[in-house]
Amino acid sequence: MALTQPVAQPGSPSLELPENVVVSRLDELANWCRKNSLWPMPFATACCGIELMATGAAKHDLARFGAEVFRFSPRQCDLMIVAGRVVMKMLPVLQRIWQQMHEPKWCISMGACASTGGVFDTYAVVQGIDRFIPVDMYVPGCPPRPEQLIQAIIDLQDKIQREGTITGREFNTRQRQLRKRALVELPLPLSIDAARNPNLQRALAGAARPQD
Amino acid sequence: MSIAPAEQETRPETRSEDYLWTLNFGPQHPATHTTLRLVLKLEGERVVDADPEMGYLHSGFEKIGEHLTFNQYVTVTDRMNYISPMANNVAWHHAVETLLGIELTPRGSYIRTIIAELARISDHLLCNGAVGLDTGAFTFFLYGFYQREVIYDIFETLCGARFTNSYTRVGGVSQDFTPLVIEKIRSFLKTFPKTLDDMERLLNRNRIFVDRTKGVGLLTKEEAINRGATGPVARASGVTRDLRRDEPYLAYADLDFQVCCASAGDCYARYLVRMQEMRESLKIVEQALENLPEGPVNVGIDQRTSLPMKQQVYSTIEGTISHFELAMSNRGFDVPSEETYAAIEAPNGELGFYIVGDGDERAYRARCRPPSVLHFAMFPHLIRGHTLSDVVAVLGSLNIIAAELDR
Amino acid sequence: MTHASDTSSNAAADAPPISPHVAAVEQACGPLEHSVYRGQQRMVVPAEKSFETLALLKDRGFDLLIDVSCVDYLEYRGATHRYGLIYLLASTTTNERLTVRAFVDDPEPTVASVVPLWQAANWLEREVWDMFGIHFTGHPDLRRLVMPEAFTAHPLRKDYPLQGRGERHNFPVITRDHS
Repeated sequence: MALTQPVAQPGSPSLELPENVVVSRLDELANWCRKNSLWPMPFATACCGIELMATGAAKHDLARFGAEVFRFSPRQCDLMIVAGRVVMKMLPVLQRIWQQMHEPKWCISMGACASTGGVFDTYAVVQGIDRFIPVDMYVPGCPPRPEQLIQAIIDLQDKIQREGTITGREFNTRQRQLRKRALVELPLPLSIDAARNPNLQRALAGAARPQD
Repeated sequence: MSIAPAEQETRPETRSEDYLWTLNFGPQHPATHTTLRLVLKLEGERVVDADPEMGYLHSGFEKIGEHLTFNQYVTVTDRMNYISPMANNVAWHHAVETLLGIELTPRGSYIRTIIAELARISDHLLCNGAVGLDTGAFTFFLYGFYQREVIYDIFETLCGARFTNSYTRVGGVSQDFTPLVIEKIRSFLKTFPKTLDDMERLLNRNRIFVDRTKGVGLLTKEEAINRGATGPVARASGVTRDLRRDEPYLAYADLDFQVCCASAGDCYARYLVRMQEMRESLKIVEQALENLPEGPVNVGIDQRTSLPMKQQVYSTIEGTISHFELAMSNRGFDVPSEETYAAIEAPNGELGFYIVGDGDERAYRARCRPPSVLHFAMFPHLIRGHTLSDVVAVLGSLNIIAAELDR
Repeated sequence: MTHASDTSSNAAADAPPISPHVAAVEQACGPLEHSVYRGQQRMVVPAEKSFETLALLKDRGFDLLIDVSCVDYLEYRGATHRYGLIYLLASTTTNERLTVRAFVDDPEPTVASVVPLWQAANWLEREVWDMFGIHFTGHPDLRRLVMPEAFTAHPLRKDYPLQGRGERHNFPVITRDHS
């Protein structure tokens, strides 16, 4: 199309394109397609699942934002919405479904329970799914209102448009999923006074030295 | 290489089980709605046996109940049967008040009756909507969900949360009815019967729906009793047990309503019972709203059970003292070292709490008697001999809520 | 046993007439502790006689088993036994209710299963086994109900902490690189 147009003369002010031609980066084009055809996979476990249903139902109508095609097969989806608490018995299922989804894929952690465990600080509930799978967007609330979920999806679309790449380079950085503090066994940080204390330093050095 | 002839001769005899195949259904499956798992044994399309498995949403509700006070725990009960949180709130505080021996004020009990019945309507709308959805009637589901939004709206006006309400308190409720709430309930009472008529016209004589539900998942009366069915599931099998009538709690003794029963015991009967119960609930709400007594909504400050209204705290010395004492950790309720069980007729069946008190304002043990567990346990009995497509119809008609099932 | 003082004070206060069901059970099993609190009739039977008591009560019209549950009395003031099993019975014809309790103790808390009487007990007893580790003899399928099979503790026992013992963190982590 553009090739049929006369080549711009050196003196002319700009290259003229016909109206049906868009010039863009391939990344942006892919992002634009991806963000407007998000197919959510509703991983609805608890109360938030009902609000997820309400989001898709008549009053709030998720279809207005191009993300209403709920598919229950992970193979067809590219957005997992984890709605509700995930417990010990369910977590392997969650991880398996996440691995079954094709790239590029994103994850929304909907509600306090999925994000942090919420009110359920108990033996069975996983304290935030982001300890075990990558999460792109968190939605606060217990449960979040449908409007909040819609906002999260819009934000995710923004994010895809901004930082997505056609080859998925943005997923490769190891820094994207930082480990939670509770999982990494950090040594207790010493206060400045303690660090300057020669006795303590000697003791620490002695403890670190292997027995001979 | 040679094949030993002996091996050929001792080929194992084929048994009928060798031709069965196993299908894993759930825990992430659209028709389970939540997190249930079934391991089905199929012969072709016919279900030979089913092994239901639960626990995919077990979050330790009963353990939390031992660590939260009676007023705090109501927030957790919201998340138990999340289709009808208000009914759970009422059930929990009904049980607590039974233990503490608190009599509600007339207005408080009427208000609780109204919200419990609205919760029943919203539960049945979703349950029947889901049965419709699973058997292919999507429009029916949307009709139901739209009316649920109206009820959400009422609850939001009432207490600020559309979904997890945490509305009740020991000895009363957190907010009194405002004129706006009453107006909204009145308008719901006017508009809802029309939608209900539409819904009944959509499905009651719909050939596809009737064929898929009639005669499916039969539960006889004897089996229903033996397997501990309660609520609409039992009433669809001819058990005429309804705690609202048999052990009247709250304001049900003053109100006129009918217990809806059927004798067929199949999925269609359960659907019909639920549809009819919504009409009865409307009648109850209407009567309760017309006869809503005036007066205080919470029990008096002299009983030192419910937090006094802000007006009283700031203007009377009794109110200040009562508020102060209730807020202190060891001066609150007078909890007996006793054990009681109290149940209400929740939308799903008998929802009761067995509370052990030990003088502390936390329960020593807060056992919830969930109707869903007993209903899910009878699932293999209901599905045996039916086809794979009936699984969703039976599952939907039992109305199993995973959070209440697993707690 | 745990509420001996309350029971006596209650009986002295209003002295309800002895329920015919309690009298029938006493006739069959010997004298037993029973009380009424907030209008709820309760009785305590010896654990080894629980099955025949419940069978007798079922014959007397308590056809609906509402609940089978358990309480761990480890930290309860004045408790003499560790576990208290609770059977809640109801009648669909007369609408009476009855609470039957039986006490069992460590090291091997065991009681007879009531599944032969009520199918409803099947999952309820499995849950009690899962949460408290009480063994039901004669149960057709005593597996864990809600916790994973690999779980070792019984979480509703009082000596098990609310936050667990770290089982909830014990899973592999999947990062973007893995998936």
